[in-house]
Amino acid sequence: MKITENEVKKVAKLAKLTLSDPDIERMATDMDAMLAYVATLASLDTDGIVPTAHAVPMANAFRTDQLRPSLERDAVMAAAPKSAGGTFRVPKVIE
Amino acid sequence: MSSKYEVVIGLEVHVQLQTQTKIFCGCSTRFGSEPNTQTCPVCLGLPGALPVLNEKVVEFAIMAGLATNCTIAERSIFARKNYFYPDLPKGYQISQFEEPICVGGWLDIETETGSKRLGITRIHMEEDAGKLLHGEGAASGRDSYVDLNRACTPLLEVVSEPDMRSADEAIAYLKQLRQIVIYLGVSDGNLEEGSFRCDANVSIRPWGQPEYGTRAEIKNINSFRFIKQAIEYEVERQSELIEDGGRVVQETRLYDAESGTTRSMRGKEEAHDYRYFPDPDLVPIEISRARVEEVRAALPELPLAKLERFVSELGLPVRDAEILIAEQEIARYFDACVVAGAQPKAAANWILGDLSRNLNNAGISITACKVTPALLVGMLQRIDDNTISGKQAKVVFEKMWESGTEADTIIDSEGLRQVSDSGAIEGFVTAIIAANPAQVADYKSGNEKIFGFFVGQVMKASKGQANPATVNELLKKKLAE
Repeated sequence: MKITENEVKKVAKLAKLTLSDPDIERMATDMDAMLAYVATLASLDTDGIVPTAHAVPMANAFRTDQLRPSLERDAVMAAAPKSAGGTFRVPKVIE
Repeated sequence: MSSKYEVVIGLEVHVQLQTQTKIFCGCSTRFGSEPNTQTCPVCLGLPGALPVLNEKVVEFAIMAGLATNCTIAERSIFARKNYFYPDLPKGYQISQFEEPICVGGWLDIETETGSKRLGITRIHMEEDAGKLLHGEGAASGRDSYVDLNRACTPLLEVVSEPDMRSADEAIAYLKQLRQIVIYLGVSDGNLEEGSFRCDANVSIRPWGQPEYGTRAEIKNINSFRFIKQAIEYEVERQSELIEDGGRVVQETRLYDAESGTTRSMRGKEEAHDYRYFPDPDLVPIEISRARVEEVRAALPELPLAKLERFVSELGLPVRDAEILIAEQEIARYFDACVVAGAQPKAAANWILGDLSRNLNNAGISITACKVTPALLVGMLQRIDDNTISGKQAKVVFEKMWESGTEADTIIDSEGLRQVSDSGAIEGFVTAIIAANPAQVADYKSGNEKIFGFFVGQVMKASKGQANPATVNELLKKKLAE
């Protein structure tokens, strides 16, 4: 299995990362090595084994539908890089 | 043009659940609050915050699954759906991908050619995103604003099979699904407030072709009328494309209610690579068969069962029953009248007639009006025992509507008691016959139409209080003498 530079570019775009050309080259080599390492798992016989979604053997961690206090809006806005009128201000998004 | 092609429609409906709190935290789900006043580290997506599943959401999902004939999965897991958008603070939406909570259901709808079964692929639980506000005015032109009150609000996504073949079938399915979630009490089904949102997957194919055509996903349709418009526009657009030698591309299109058209959302292909994986923060959900049966036993009577009961047990015409069940509150009101002893058809007539008209005029719901089921039944009993005539009942009803007073009180204070005593009525009849010799001669020479004149005169003389049946009977007898 060979990771191409185009695949690295695609993943970078999905992750909103800007990579330089040397970065991309290095990433392709690194990712290739990682996948090759993980690929040894593919040699195992996993027929009849239920896919593992969680490593912890437990289920049904619920909470009751009861209100708990929310944060003060001023405290929330204090953490926002930009805010206006109690909202987070972000660069214009058009659908 | 579209008659050359068959339309194929599948629907994805997002149903907002009526819980007190969000799906993974204790913040309120209340609609219309000041922006960002219902947020906490979990729904803001702050680092280190851990989501914990609201058990009510699971219960509501099981209810919705059972009511739509789904199988409830014994084991179900949450997944992360990864994408970047400013209304999604974590950079992923917690949803279900593999192993959703409900699978393989169906709804039956009525079509012109009879009953049709529409498949439901799956129902899964997920969190809603926040809300983006696009400000107006000079200063705001370059910015958008994010309100995260809605972030993490619980949703069910109900995915249908591509089984619908017309906009009307799609609407019938949606109306029934909406009615069911409202009856279950899991959602208010409010389209304007976005509690019931629909995306439509629409494709066309030449008649007889077994393979599906390429589909377009239409978003942003928030009324039943728009759904019809959007689907019809899309069929037209795709037909023209194909006729002109082009081909349909798979994309997401936005419905624009103002123009009645759909437009491409400049689909970035890779934006659909969501890289789902199991959410490590949330453990699997396991639902025992005993739990499923417990929820099933507690399900309320569903719309179709109610319709069936109103028709077969209470003897209502299908049309009446359909209107009564259309709104749960009205169906409940009717049931309450019947329980209080009303004759079903009479109660239905008043509810669908005078009461509905007054409710429409006043623009209020049946639960907000002063005429309670007990009051209405009280009046119906006075019609039944001949205390008042149907005509007098209309006067009583209007007074009752205004004041919320009992029928008996109104009958006394307005002096509306119907005179059924034949002695008193006979006096009126004799007097009217004596006073109108010309009309009597006319009637006797064969003009039976003039009979109504005598009835009118007697009713007038009795100030409208004579029992019309008795009047008719006595007039016939006296005029025949």
